Amino acid sequence: MSLSNEINYRVNTTIGKAALRAVRWQAERQASNRWKTDYLAPQLKIAPRTKELIGRHYLEGQYANANAHRKVAWATSGAPTEFLKAMDFYVLYPENHAAVCGTARRVEDISTEAENVGYSRDICSYARTDIGAMLSGKTPVGKLPKPDLLLACTNICQTVLLWYRVLAHHFNVPLIIIDTPFIYTETTDYAVAYVKRQMEEAVPIAEKVAGKKFDEKKFREITRLSKTASELWSQVMERGKHRPAPISVFDQFIQMAPIVEMRGEAYTVDFYADMLKEIDERIARGVGSVKEERKRLLWDNLPIWYRLRYLAEFLAERGVAIVASTYTNAWAELAPMFDPQNPFESGARTYLHPILNRGTGYKLETMKRMVKEFALDGAILHNDRSCKPYSIGQIDQRDRLLRDADGRGVPALLLEADHNDPRAFSEEQAATRLAAFVEMLE
Amino acid sequence: MTDIRALGIDVGSTTVKIVGVDAAGNLAWHLLEPAEPRVEDQVTRLLDIADREKSSDAKIPLVATGYGRGLVLQATRRVTEITCHARGVYRELRHGGTLVDIGGQDSKVIAIDPQGDVLDFAMNDKCAAGTGRFIENTARRMHVPLEQMGPVALATTAEVLISSTCTVFAESEVISLVAHGAAVEAILRGLHRSLIKRIVAMIRTVGLVSPLMLSGGVAQNPAIRKMLEEETGAPVILPQHPQLMGAYGAALMGL
Repeated sequence: MSLSNEINYRVNTTIGKAALRAVRWQAERQASNRWKTDYLAPQLKIAPRTKELIGRHYLEGQYANANAHRKVAWATSGAPTEFLKAMDFYVLYPENHAAVCGTARRVEDISTEAENVGYSRDICSYARTDIGAMLSGKTPVGKLPKPDLLLACTNICQTVLLWYRVLAHHFNVPLIIIDTPFIYTETTDYAVAYVKRQMEEAVPIAEKVAGKKFDEKKFREITRLSKTASELWSQVMERGKHRPAPISVFDQFIQMAPIVEMRGEAYTVDFYADMLKEIDERIARGVGSVKEERKRLLWDNLPIWYRLRYLAEFLAERGVAIVASTYTNAWAELAPMFDPQNPFESGARTYLHPILNRGTGYKLETMKRMVKEFALDGAILHNDRSCKPYSIGQIDQRDRLLRDADGRGVPALLLEADHNDPRAFSEEQAATRLAAFVEMLE
Repeated sequence: MTDIRALGIDVGSTTVKIVGVDAAGNLAWHLLEPAEPRVEDQVTRLLDIADREKSSDAKIPLVATGYGRGLVLQATRRVTEITCHARGVYRELRHGGTLVDIGGQDSKVIAIDPQGDVLDFAMNDKCAAGTGRFIENTARRMHVPLEQMGPVALATTAEVLISSTCTVFAESEVISLVAHGAAVEAILRGLHRSLIKRIVAMIRTVGLVSPLMLSGGVAQNPAIRKMLEEETGAPVILPQHPQLMGAYGAALMGL
């Protein structure tokens, strides 16, 4: 790496970070609001910090290729990235980037770039958005670094297998695949051994790309940080049991970025510890995310990124708070499985168990448990056109939530949309279904 | 002059209905018109007529429903068609069960409990296949008056399978069947069958509790009622004015 690259990297990231810090300070002073405060509590004080963290993450990414000391890996959201971080990889999550495009309302434009070369609109809108960004260079985050290595784990879907092969072909870089056998009911020791071996075999490949030796001590420390952050995130979600709920699922959707893309970092642990403190202050003062919380609901599946504010306000106006979700819980429920003293084996076990890698019965049980523990009045099941593995089984799950054998059945609504593509969302139809559902709860 | 104590207006995709109820909640007055593109103007005109019709000058509640409910600026309250149809039908038929409302551009199946509350509902997805539009499109294409579609379909026992569930593709399928010499009656019978099968799928989602009740404009089509009975084995009952039930339920909510 040349000296000019090194200077370029250092100067730009230093200036960029200072600018992001200034933006945060200003936002903290102004206490700006994301939501309409007639029905919703002011946004969390920590929100400008989230924005700064995401900004810094992508800023680092923008200049990562100029940094001689770090290599870049692109990874799926459920991939075991801790071992890569132990070799100091800068890890970029294309799914998160696609979600950023979604909230920035850039998906139509960027996804069309992929559709124009033949990628079908039936393919996941995250994949289309990222492939579109890869082909055109369009992105709301400045610039994405080129990957030196790709890591795809099949614990979230099978699309990632094909998607990452496209990336590997385009960038001409090595692709590591971690295959996680589907868990219908219970996992087996040989499944754990199988995943563990794949992780161990991936190490020398990553070492070669990184030009660095794998540091097991660092790996243990990063696993510990991942575990601690996941535990804190889990506590954040547990606080939703309070009535009124101090934060809603819409807050969680925004504040979950660090746990997904900055797992294994000390600042992520600090961030969630501070967030928890702020939430506890809210509880002490009796502040609810929805000012007049009358009904409490569950959200199943990914968010509808391009309509977060619309949905949050629409429901809050009607006294409805969504306080628990299977989606945000996915980054919390695995916390106990991480064992820093045994990072390979516990990592294999952890990454075998995401909700999407388990049978539909497990999700149903999770939802039923949430209904009970969070004292919920109903559930909204987002039938996500893009995420087939998350949506399969929802018709039966809805039916069983409704007719719970224990007599604790709750109303449930199947809401058709797409997590990232606004062209698959009919606002009028969604509004009628939501309004009718709320009327039914009254 | 009529004793009207509350008004309900149902601004649908195909027709606009306005209903006035008396103090006892009886359907006292109504008007029904094809929906015009300028909803606000049409609503204002209909409200002027209602104003001349009612006996007192006192201001009365107006509840709006239907897809255009947001455009009724004069409304004191806005409620969805699901709640309104359930309210109207329950008030007239006086019992719970499964209500099927087939409108011009959407269909709903609503489970009503014995107290008249909505327990669950399903709506057609982003497609007009299980709706009145499905029949309307073919009627236009075949030059059969809309009100004759049902009787023509019932005039035969022969039935042609319409495999497409898409309104647009079904139209081309029908044209091709005509070109191949299939009888119009048998085609129309098959067309109704195809619509009913979609409705029955929605009924299965919500669950069938007898009797099956029918509302919405399409309820006036006799083939729909007969085939719903055939496909579900449950008796189908209708309110006196199925098309007005949304507006009637809305008016009741204003009382």
